[in-house]
Amino acid sequence: MEIKKQQNNLESLREKFAHIKGWGHDIDPTNEPTHPMKHYTGDDHQRIHYERPTQQQPTVEILKSNERPNITAVHGTSTPPSGLSGAIRRYAFRYSEGSFGHWLPLLLADRVNVFEGYIDDFSKGHIPNIFAEHGWKAEWKHAPWHLVRKVATTAAVIGVGIWLLSGDKKKKRRFA
Amino acid sequence: MLAMNYRGPFRVRLDRDKAMPEILHPQDAIVRVTRSCICGSDLHLYHGLVPDTRVGMTFGHEFTGVVEEVGPEVTNLKVGDQVLVPFNIACGSCPFCKQELFGNCHESNTQATAVGAIFGYSHTAGGYDGGQAEYVRVPYANVGPTVIPEGMDLDDAVLLTDVVPTGYQAAEMAGIKPGDTVVVFGAGPIGIMAARCAWLFGAGRVIIIDHIEYRLEFARNYAMCEAYNFESISDPVLFIKKTTDYFGADVCIDAVGCEAAGSLLQTVTGRKMMLQAGSATALQWAINSVKKGGIISIVGVYGPTLNMVPIGNVVNKGLTIRANQASVKRLLPRLIEHVMAGRLNPKGIITHRVPLEEVSDAYHIFSAKRDNCIKPILIPPRAA
Repeated sequence: MEIKKQQNNLESLREKFAHIKGWGHDIDPTNEPTHPMKHYTGDDHQRIHYERPTQQQPTVEILKSNERPNITAVHGTSTPPSGLSGAIRRYAFRYSEGSFGHWLPLLLADRVNVFEGYIDDFSKGHIPNIFAEHGWKAEWKHAPWHLVRKVATTAAVIGVGIWLLSGDKKKKRRFA
Repeated sequence: MLAMNYRGPFRVRLDRDKAMPEILHPQDAIVRVTRSCICGSDLHLYHGLVPDTRVGMTFGHEFTGVVEEVGPEVTNLKVGDQVLVPFNIACGSCPFCKQELFGNCHESNTQATAVGAIFGYSHTAGGYDGGQAEYVRVPYANVGPTVIPEGMDLDDAVLLTDVVPTGYQAAEMAGIKPGDTVVVFGAGPIGIMAARCAWLFGAGRVIIIDHIEYRLEFARNYAMCEAYNFESISDPVLFIKKTTDYFGADVCIDAVGCEAAGSLLQTVTGRKMMLQAGSATALQWAINSVKKGGIISIVGVYGPTLNMVPIGNVVNKGLTIRANQASVKRLLPRLIEHVMAGRLNPKGIITHRVPLEEVSDAYHIFSAKRDNCIKPILIPPRAA
């Protein structure tokens, strides 16, 4: 009785949504969505004693999470740690992934790395086109007034900042 | 070669002299990129929110290409094959890969155990350069890369590397039963795809919530769902309760992640002060909007520290939370079948085709939501 009711319900839904291509195509009552466990093989109980792929030989410094025993069989070699940001990153990796001591220094290192990027550019004789890097050409094309407002606001903030830092205002007024 | 180069938050440029990638492991392949997307999750990197994102890195985890070179242990591919490359880098032999958890491989990310390796997605995700370039190194080439079926459009194929599998898995993890009311938070590419895929699982009603009007309009047409602007409905949780006879949605999908708008407290503590791993507004709404005993599916990306969510309500309502990075390789056979049969139209979400040389502008347009952008793809000059 219950099954028949469900079938009738399904048929009426199919009819109702006939205009949506593929509606209900992946309905499978046995496909209880218990992923990730539905393909459980028991292999986890071997822990790390599985047949590992060939080890990639490190050619650059790779920082390793202290939550694993070894370097993974393959690893990325992009932008190895260097300079002050690299030192901060090495410090961060003394802490486990569950610790703020790991993640907050990494965020700090990222910000330091931006300044190192400028130094690197200048040292190679490259002056970065910051406006182009920010995509301001697209902004001018699609939202010119937004860009004008942004530039005006930035100029005003910088102007006020310079004025505030430009010495003793009282003294200047007295001799004016 | 040409390659995108990250210079700091909100700053990327094109480099013309990046070194060509090399075979570093016997199972590596070198792929010449033919299409490469900018993903919504790339914007978390672009905004400087993902720890260990280093200046000089090339992003890009959604790409197709042509195999140019293979290592001595590569047997499944040959030079000249046109491939789509899943965003996960997976060995295929660790216990997690054997359970088809290809997004959780244990042999590809040395820097973090909680995250599988992802192309071009910071050193927290392995430190691999990505596919927003002319060429890319593809490790474990026997496992991930899949030859693009004859007749499949490259624009469809490139979206099978992340957007479609992630949207589909969001719906799959949600355990949708025939006739269920499904609420998707976030009308970005993943949210729109999740809403579309919810119908495949027999949803009876699909609602998408966002605050960008042009995206809601796109979702209404593409995913054939209801779409509401949370700024005009004021309290989305109450709205969902009322529209479901004060019962709650059967299923909620968080397709937003750490850059959610809509809550001043979450925005200030999560995005401005970075006291938590991004703003968890969408997840908070999902937990509060779903019915008792309901299911929350999370595919939105959050940072690695912690977030403020009403966990007490999860306990008291008896909710099930399912989440993961999409296991692309597991899902590909089914999804290729859907695309070839016309049940899914991935390329329909592409709104911008941009030359790789204009990568800075493409990032800005996508990030600032200019020109009604839903999904931009980058096309390298040697794509043909």
